[in-house]
Amino acid sequence: MEILKPAVAGTLESSDCMVTVEPGQGKVNLDLDSSVMRQFGPQIKKVIAETLARLDVTDVNIRVVDKGALDCTIKARVEAAVYRSNDIRKDIPWGGAIK
Amino acid sequence: MNPAENPNKKRLRRSMMFLNAQKPGLIKDPYVYGPDSIMLDLEDAVAVKEKDAARFSLYHALQEIDYRGVERVVRINGLDSDLWEEDILCSVAGGCDSIRIPKTETGEDVKKVEAVVEEAEKRFGREPGSVLIMAALESAKGVLNALEICTASPRLFGIALSGGDYTKDLQTSITGTGVELMGARQHMIIAARAAGVQCFDTVWTNLNDMEGFRKDVETIKMMGFDGKSIINPRQIPIVHDIYTPSQKEIIFAEKVVREIDEKSAQGIGVFTVDGKMIDIAFYDGAKRTLMLARAAGKYKGDL
Repeated sequence: MEILKPAVAGTLESSDCMVTVEPGQGKVNLDLDSSVMRQFGPQIKKVIAETLARLDVTDVNIRVVDKGALDCTIKARVEAAVYRSNDIRKDIPWGGAIK
Repeated sequence: MNPAENPNKKRLRRSMMFLNAQKPGLIKDPYVYGPDSIMLDLEDAVAVKEKDAARFSLYHALQEIDYRGVERVVRINGLDSDLWEEDILCSVAGGCDSIRIPKTETGEDVKKVEAVVEEAEKRFGREPGSVLIMAALESAKGVLNALEICTASPRLFGIALSGGDYTKDLQTSITGTGVELMGARQHMIIAARAAGVQCFDTVWTNLNDMEGFRKDVETIKMMGFDGKSIINPRQIPIVHDIYTPSQKEIIFAEKVVREIDEKSAQGIGVFTVDGKMIDIAFYDGAKRTLMLARAAGKYKGDL
């Protein structure tokens, strides 16, 4: 998927994360800020990278501010932001690109 | 699976706790409080502009979080919205146990949801008949159509009163006395029993009045309700306590079940247990007492 415009999903509440996506400069550029960076930084980066790969997003500036979110929440927020950047709110590929 | 024979139709549902599907902090571990069911809400708890994000959260929570046997019901958006079909697709794909229809007014509403659930089961490879439906009645019309709603689909396991909207429709409000809910409660429990489905009471929203809450639960238990919708974990132990049979009731129920099994094998229809006349009509009630006792950890027998 292409990132058509800037979009945000999620909050800064505990157990959540806020994901912002913008059109990139030809690659995935991740800026991660996590309250649990030392312990879970690599795992969070991995979840973000895998989620973007499933959505076939290869060109994006993505900023994630994590407040101790579970993997399932990180995935959900990344997906919500990417679909919002395309104004898609229906006919989501549940069980396909979303899994 | 024939949905009418889905074993989950009759499962224990004393406490059904609402949770905002959009709040990760709420949906990550609600099983620790021990509700019988959770109702992950995509409807009123979720702001209109967050409906899309809530579905992604819901899908992954259903897929990845082990709710340890707690039933996972999803409350979808109303059939008057353009959201409910996608809500069902997301929920069924994610692996929910049941769909709760808000603002149900007719049997036709249930059939519409049933059709989309059936299609979603096929599309996402769920076992046919595995996803159940419950209907919330939130208007005078819905309450009056309770029997039609209860019998609209073999997937429907029960109906629930939604007191806030219902009392608005009656042009009154929730008073804490229960007077304004009497007719709806009585009508709904009769309709549910006539159709052989379960019946659940509305939420109690005043968390500062736990004594009032206790009385409210005692009332609906006496009326025959299977359980109550709740909004806070603090309400769970009170509901479960009221729905736990006393030791005396458990011992009596055990005797009734044993005696009916024995006597009917001998061809005897009516007899006495502890001086009370007993026949087959007492069987299901006694079984239910033992089921409630088992759920509360008060009965370890095998009846």
